Amino acid sequence: MSEGIVYWLQQLLNALQLGSIYGLIALGYTMVYGILTMINFAHGDVFMIGAFFCFLAAVYLGLPFAPVLLLTMIGTALLGVAIERLAYKPLRHAPRVSAIITALGVGIFLENFTLALAPYPKHIPALLENTNWNLGGVSVSSLQIIIICLSLGLMFLLDYVVHRTPVGMAMRAISWDKTFVPLMGVPVDLVISVTFAIGAGLAGAAGTMYGLAYPVIDPYMGIMVGWKAFISAVVGGIGNIRGAMIGAFILGGVEIFVAAFLPSTYRDFVAFALLLVLLIVRPYGILGSPRIQKV
Amino acid sequence: MSAETTGSNQTLLDVRDLVVSYDGIKALQGVSFAVEQGKIVTLIGANGAGKTSILRAVSGLVSYNGAIRFEGQDLKRIPAHRIVALGIAQVPEGRGIFGNLTVLENLRLATWQRTDKAEIETDYERVFQTFPRLKERQHQASGTLSGGEQQMLAVGRALMSRGRLMLLDEPSMGLSPRLVQDIFRIIQDINQAGITILLVEQNANMALRIASRAYVLETGSITLSGTGAELLGDPRIKEAYLGA
Repeated sequence: MSEGIVYWLQQLLNALQLGSIYGLIALGYTMVYGILTMINFAHGDVFMIGAFFCFLAAVYLGLPFAPVLLLTMIGTALLGVAIERLAYKPLRHAPRVSAIITALGVGIFLENFTLALAPYPKHIPALLENTNWNLGGVSVSSLQIIIICLSLGLMFLLDYVVHRTPVGMAMRAISWDKTFVPLMGVPVDLVISVTFAIGAGLAGAAGTMYGLAYPVIDPYMGIMVGWKAFISAVVGGIGNIRGAMIGAFILGGVEIFVAAFLPSTYRDFVAFALLLVLLIVRPYGILGSPRIQKV
Repeated sequence: MSAETTGSNQTLLDVRDLVVSYDGIKALQGVSFAVEQGKIVTLIGANGAGKTSILRAVSGLVSYNGAIRFEGQDLKRIPAHRIVALGIAQVPEGRGIFGNLTVLENLRLATWQRTDKAEIETDYERVFQTFPRLKERQHQASGTLSGGEQQMLAVGRALMSRGRLMLLDEPSMGLSPRLVQDIFRIIQDINQAGITILLVEQNANMALRIASRAYVLETGSITLSGTGAELLGDPRIKEAYLGA
C-alpha cells in the first residue's frame, strides 16, 4: 500500500477509537435529554468516576478486565440513579435552568470529592495484554480492537433495548410526552431511573476503556471529554440515539484529522467551532428534527 | 346520591367533595357524584368547567382533596400507573397518542401492567376487529394517522389495558359529524360488552342521548343532575348547551 493510504487508514483507526469512547458517553447525554429535556452536565464526571472505579477494582481488588468492566458499569449505574433521585428528581417541576445549574453543581462536587480522596493522578495497571500487529504498514493494537468492538457492541445493544424492548418503548413514549404515560400503566419514575442507570453504566464502560488507552487518570479528566461527548450528541441531534453515535464518530474523525494535518493545539478549537457552525446551520443536529412545540 | 350496594346498582366509582387546585386557584370546588357499574355516565359542561380535572384526579395524574373510591378502595395514595392496573382506563383529552411509536407499540404500551400473555393476544384481535383501520396501519408511526384514527387508537389503547371503567375526555373533539357518530356508537358497543363508561363531553346533545345518568358541571361545581333523557328535556340545558 502506498504511504498515503497507510497514513489515512492509521488515522481512521485512531478516529474510530476516539469516536467510540465519545459515543458511549454521548449516549448518556442524549438519552437523558430525550426523556427529561435536560442536559446532565455531571455526566462527564460520571465518566471520570468510572475511570476511578476501574482503578479501584484493578488495584485494590486485583481483578482481571471483564469483572473490572462489569463492576465499574454497575458502580456508575448506581451513581447515576443516586444523582437523579437525590439531585434532579426534586427539581422535576422546577424551571429547567435550576436543574441545569444543579447538574453543574453535581459535576463540581464529583470532581472535588474525587480530588479530596485522590489528590495525585493515578495510574491504571495494564489489564489486557497488548499485542501490536502490522497490517500492510498500519499498526493495529489489540487494545484498539477491543475498545472499538466493545463500544460498538454496547451501542448496538442499547439501540436494541431502545427500539425493541418494552422499557425502550416506554422511554420513547416519555420522550414524546410524559404527561399521559402513567395512563398506560407505566411507572415513569422507574423508567427515568433505568435511563440514568444505562447512561451512567455506558459512561463507566467509557471510563474503563479510556483508562486502558490513556492510563493516567485525574479528577478533571471528565471535563473536556464530557464536553466533546456533549458536542457529539448535539451534532448528531440531541435526543436521538443513532445521532449521538454518528456525531461521536464525526467528532472523533475531525479531531484526529485536525491533529494530523494542523498543529495539534487547533484540535479543541476546531471541535468547538464545529459545534458553533452546526448550531447556526442545523441547530437540531444531523438526525434530530425541529421540536414541535405542543400546545 | 346514595351509594347503593345491591345487585346491578353497585357503585363502581364514588367521588366525594373533590377539590382540585392549580397554583392555589380552585378548578373544582367540592364535586360529588357516583358511577354505577355497567352504566354510561356523562359529565357535561363548558370549556374550563373542570371536567378534565375530574378525570385527571380519578386517574391519579393530579393531587386533590376529598375522596375517590373505586370498588370501595380509596385511590388517594395509589400512584397513577397502579390505578390503571386496578381497572381504570382513560382516553385522555387530545388523545395523548405517542406519535413517535407505531400503532402497535401504542397498543402494546398499554398492556404494561398485564401478565396474561395469551389474553393480550386475543385483545389485539378484538381491537383490530373493532377498528380495522388500525390493523391496516399497525406498523405505521401513529403520528401519521388522521384525527379520527388517532381517536380510535386512543380508545383501542384503553381497551388493551383491560379497564372495567373507561374514562373518555372529549372523544368527539375535532372530529367530523360522521366520525362523531361512529365514536359514540363504539362507546355504546364497549358499554354493551360490560365496561362502565364515564364520558366527559362538550357535545351535550350526543352525550345525553347515550347516558343513563348525567351531571352538569359549571365553574367547578355540579349544578344539575338527572338521567340523560331528563336533562335533554330540561329547558335550562336546552338553552345553555343544546343551542335551542
